[in-house]
Amino acid sequence: MAKLKLALYWAASCGGCDVAVLDVNEKILDVAELADIVLWPIALDFKYHHVEAMDDGSIDVCLFNGSVRNTEQEHIAKLLRQKSKVMVAFGSCACSGGIPALANFINRDLAFERAYVEAPTNANADRTFPQLLTKVEEGELELPEFYDTVSALDQVVAVEYYVPGCPPPVDLILKVVDALATNSLPPPGSVIASEKTLCDECERVKEEKKITRIYRPHEIIPDPEKCLLEQGVICMGPATRGGCGARCILANMPCRGCFGPPAGVYDQGAKMLSALASIYDVKDEADIARMLEEVKDPAGTFYRFGMSTSMLKRKRM
Amino acid sequence: MSNNDFEPKIVGFLCNWCSYRGADMAGIARIKSAPNVRIVRVMCSGRVDPVFVLKAFEQGADGVLILGCHPGDCHYAEGNYKTARRVPLLKKMLEQLGIEDGRVHLDWVSAAEGDRFASIVNEMTEKVKELGPFHANGGVNG
Repeated sequence: MAKLKLALYWAASCGGCDVAVLDVNEKILDVAELADIVLWPIALDFKYHHVEAMDDGSIDVCLFNGSVRNTEQEHIAKLLRQKSKVMVAFGSCACSGGIPALANFINRDLAFERAYVEAPTNANADRTFPQLLTKVEEGELELPEFYDTVSALDQVVAVEYYVPGCPPPVDLILKVVDALATNSLPPPGSVIASEKTLCDECERVKEEKKITRIYRPHEIIPDPEKCLLEQGVICMGPATRGGCGARCILANMPCRGCFGPPAGVYDQGAKMLSALASIYDVKDEADIARMLEEVKDPAGTFYRFGMSTSMLKRKRM
Repeated sequence: MSNNDFEPKIVGFLCNWCSYRGADMAGIARIKSAPNVRIVRVMCSGRVDPVFVLKAFEQGADGVLILGCHPGDCHYAEGNYKTARRVPLLKKMLEQLGIEDGRVHLDWVSAAEGDRFASIVNEMTEKVKELGPFHANGGVNG
């Protein structure tokens, strides 16, 4: 069999997904055996024009991590889509917006104000902001245009598979590699993870879910055997897809929802909100007001990794 | 469109046992109220998943009204208490997403309170009229 052609790309992301690919350790040699890498900006010196010169559909698989928030990322997403047979949204940002999509609570102007003026490390009294075009002696310099709204990959191009996680765990990456090697990919549209919730695979003891106080993670050292929600810690397990191996739970930290909603759920945040309000066992108005006070940042908590694919997608402003 | 001739679309989720009958009572008693609420009958206000509210806005509603039995009167004992916690938390979250407080309203109407139903509907309609059309304030790209 001819070697597969593999592209890896990062858009609006932190680089953690690229590192996760290397976390397969010695299995990376299997990947090299199986595939020729034709683009991997973080690791290899291929240029965009190398990809542009390729025939359409000549890349077998593209693992695309990061969300889309500027014209360059959108352009490359479309280019790689055109050149690739299979497009994989790799990691939470590509699947659902991820952490960068928390910028959907603001817009470009506010993001620039924060990044280039307010942030304490700035010395920008002249209020210099990135410009699309800048004239210098040698000619004109161009920067990509920054969008108000961060999008998930499938909101820009068609996507065949989703590998969620921040970053995707090694066993799921190897599952994808094995599926490629044995030509046994699941039906297009599949999420390479569990169909059920994280609670389904969590081994903590679960009893009756009734709480009367919410603790933020720094306010409590939870019992490592008992359900975190039952101890008053907001654990996104009930509204989050399983398949991660409960990595955070094993470290006695609550689930933050990076795998997105389980199969059949439209809106992860609304489901989690519903679940949390249901188990908060109070009736008086004063107690309900206390609950509201204890959930400091509902939107940021419930949509931490999923603003782009949430029903409202962004703040209205 | 000026706010004067703006007729808001409000989706109303009314529980089967109290509020829907309250609305019915308003009709039977021929109490006049604003025609802006499109009523969806649900078995209990506790059936109103926050997703329903988001869906209503996504599909073009300008406001969402949720009516249930008075506290203590729920046909299923606890359903409306769950709603009493969910809706305020949802409203707190919606404010973060730029959806004004007045666009979602939770209240209690019994089967006998036709007049109360009418006044809640009128008040809510006025409030949403003041806020204007929901989609008009989305002035960003994407």
